[in-house]
Amino acid sequence: MSAGWIYNFPFEININLKAIDDAVRAFSVKYEAFFKVITKSLGGLVNSINFVLNKIPWFVLILLVFIVIWRTSNKISKGIIFSSLLFLVGVAGLWNLMNETLSIIIASVVISLLFGFPIGILISTSNRLNKAVRPILDTMQTMPVFVYLIPALLFFGLGKPPAVIATTIYAIVPIIRLTNHGIRQINAEVVEASLAFGSTKLQSLIKVQIPQALPTIMTGVNQTLMMAMAMVVTTSMIGATGLGMEVLIGVNRIEIGRGLVSGSAVVIMAVILDRATQGLVQRSEVKTDGQ
Amino acid sequence: MDNNNDNILSVKNVSKLYGPDKNKAIEMKKSGTNKDLIHKKTGVTIALWDVNLDVKKGEIFVIIGLSGSGKSTLIRCLNMLNKPSSGEILYEGKNIRKFNKKELNEFRRNKISMVFQQFGLMSHRNIIGNVEYGLEVKGMSKEDRHRKAKEMIGLVGLEGHEYEPISSLSGGMMQRVGIARALANDPDILLMDEPFSALDPLVKKDMQFELLTIQKKLDKTIVFITHDINEAFKLGDRVAIMKDGEVIQIDTPEEMSTNPATDYVRDFIDGADKTQVISVRNMMVTPNSIVRKKDNLSYAIRMMRSNGVSSAYVVSQKMKLEGIVTIDDALRANKDGQTISDVLISDIMTTTPDTLLSDILPMAAEARFPIAVIDDDGSIKGIISKAQVLSSII
Ligand SMILES: Nc1ncnc2c1ncn2[C@@H]1O[C@H](COP(=O)(O)OP(=O)(O)OP(=O)(O)O)[C@@H](O)[C@H]1O
Ligand SMILES: [Mg+2]
Repeated sequence: MSAGWIYNFPFEININLKAIDDAVRAFSVKYEAFFKVITKSLGGLVNSINFVLNKIPWFVLILLVFIVIWRTSNKISKGIIFSSLLFLVGVAGLWNLMNETLSIIIASVVISLLFGFPIGILISTSNRLNKAVRPILDTMQTMPVFVYLIPALLFFGLGKPPAVIATTIYAIVPIIRLTNHGIRQINAEVVEASLAFGSTKLQSLIKVQIPQALPTIMTGVNQTLMMAMAMVVTTSMIGATGLGMEVLIGVNRIEIGRGLVSGSAVVIMAVILDRATQGLVQRSEVKTDGQ
Repeated sequence: MDNNNDNILSVKNVSKLYGPDKNKAIEMKKSGTNKDLIHKKTGVTIALWDVNLDVKKGEIFVIIGLSGSGKSTLIRCLNMLNKPSSGEILYEGKNIRKFNKKELNEFRRNKISMVFQQFGLMSHRNIIGNVEYGLEVKGMSKEDRHRKAKEMIGLVGLEGHEYEPISSLSGGMMQRVGIARALANDPDILLMDEPFSALDPLVKKDMQFELLTIQKKLDKTIVFITHDINEAFKLGDRVAIMKDGEVIQIDTPEEMSTNPATDYVRDFIDGADKTQVISVRNMMVTPNSIVRKKDNLSYAIRMMRSNGVSSAYVVSQKMKLEGIVTIDDALRANKDGQTISDVLISDIMTTTPDTLLSDILPMAAEARFPIAVIDDDGSIKGIISKAQVLSSII
C-alpha cells in the first residue's frame, strides 16, 4: 500500500474542459458576423468552381487528362490508362460527386497556395521568423485531423466552407515548408551574383530565387494537393458532400459495394492529380538544369 | 595627396569583424593578442584588420593569401556584399559605405561587377540569359541587351553557343560566361574571386591568357584573388599579400621577389617561379674587366689577371660593346705582336635589362661566357652569368 505513489501521480488537476468549450462558443458568437462573411465567400467560391466544373463536357476533361499525363510522362500508354480510369468514374455515375469533391479540393489548394507561398518566402528571409514558425507548423501537421473539425464546425457551421477551412489548415504546411526550404537551399553564390549586379531584393526574388527554387516549390504544391485529398473522407463528417460523403455513408450503413466504388473513385482522382503535378515538378527540374 | 587621381579605389583603415562582442575583440587586438586566441576567448573572428590599399585605374591588382586570410571578405567589401565594420572605401573619392540603397544599386549596375569562384551562374537561364542579367535588372530594352550580350559572348569566344543551357558547359566555358556577364555592364572595375581555381591547369592557363588579352583590349581595372603565387605574379601589375586579415606587403611581383618585406612573404613566394617575374636588370653585375678596342693587349692581359677572370669585354666609344677577348687568345696574339681587333670574338650572346630571366634560360644554359647586357644603343650595362640565371630557379 505504501508503494502506491510509484504508480499514481501525487496530485491531479481538474482541467476545466467546460470552460474551454464555453470560451470558444462565446468567441464564435461574438465574431459571428465575421465568420458569416467568410462562410459565405467560401461557399460562393466552392459553388462557382463546382458550377464551372459541371459545365465542362465529360470528354473534354478526359481528353485534357490524357494530354496532360501524356505530355508530362512522355508516354502515350500512361495517358490512355489514366484517362480510361477517369472514364470509369463517369460511367459509375460518380461524375457530379467527383466534381463536387474536386471543387472543395481546388478551393482549399488555391487558398493554401495563396497564403502558404508568401509565408514560405517570408520565413526564408529571416532565421528568427523561421524558428518561431517551425513549431506551429509541426503542431499543425501532427495534430489529429479530427481536432480541426470541431472548431471549423463551431465557427463555420456544417457543409463545404468548414471543410475548406479544415483542409486548408492541414494542407498549407507542405507548401510553406518547401517554399522556405527551396529558397534556402539555393547556391549562395547565385543569389550573391544577382545582388552584385545591382538587383533589388524583389528582382533577385522574382528573377533568381523563385525560379531556382521552383522544383522544390512544385514538390510542395504536389504535397499540398495530396494532403488535401487525404482530407476528403474526414471532412465529409462535417457535411462536405461529394465522394467522401459516399464513402462515409457506405461505412455507416455497411454498404461495402458503395464504399468500395466511391473509395476507388477517390483513389483515381488522387492518382491523376498526383501524376499531373509530379509532371510539373519534373518539368521545372529540367528547366533549372537547363536541359 | 590622398586623392590621387590614378586611384580608382581606395581602401582606408577597413576592418571587418564577425561575432558578438566586437569591442572586447578590438581591445584585445590592439593590445597585440593574435587572431586565434581572440576567437577562442570572445567568439569574434577578425576577418579584416586595418586594411589600407589603393587600386590604380587600369591595373590588375592581385590579392593573395592563405585560406582564411580574408581575401574574399575584402573583395566583397568593395561592392558592399560585405559591410565593413569600420573604415572607408572610396570609389573615385566617394565613400561607398555612405551610399543609400539606390546609389549602391546604381554603383553595382554601372561601375563594378563580379566574377565568382563557382561561377554563380543561374541554371534556369541559358547563356545569353545569364550574360544579359545585369542589363535586364537595370531596365535595358530586350533588343539592346541581346545585342550587347551577344557582343560579350563573342568576346569570350562563345559565339554560336548563345542559346545553350548552362548545364551543358564545361567549367572553362562556364567561367567564360561568368566573365561575359561581368563585362556586359561595361563596368570600370571587375572583381574576380578565385575565378580560375575550379578549373584544371591547362584550361586555367588559357583563361589567364584570355583575361590578359581582354584587359588589354577593354582597359578595365581588375581586382583578382588567388592563392596561387604563380598566377598572382603572372597576372598582377601589383600584388597584395594578406595574412590573418592584414595586408603585409603591396608591390610589383618583381619588387616582391627581390625585396620580400618579411620572412612570411619570403616563404610564401618561395614556391613561385621567379624567372617569370625577375628581369635581367635585377640579377646582372658590373663586369670588372672592360677594355677599349684601342687598348693594347698587354693591358688587357694584366687586367684579366688582376681580376682573376678568363675573358674581358671590349668596347668602343660610349661603352658600345664590340665583343670579347679571352686570356688564351690574348696571350698568343701578344706574342705574335697582334692587336685586340685581331682576336676579338664579336659573335657573343647579348640580352637587354628588361628581359625576363625565363626568356634567357635556354641561352644561359649554352653560353660559354657570361651573357652581356646591353641597352638600346648597344652600350654595355652589365653581365649575367650562367650560374646567376640558374640560381634564380631554385
Ligand atoms: N559570415 C561569416 N561569419 C563568420 N566568420 C566568417 C564569415 N565569413 C568569413 N568568416 C571568417 O573570416 C575569415 C576570412 O574569411 P575569408 O572567406 O575572407 O577568407 P579567404 O581568404 O577568402 O579564404 P579562402 O581562400 O578559403 O577563400 C575566416 O576566418 C572565416 O572563417
Ligand atoms: Mg575566399
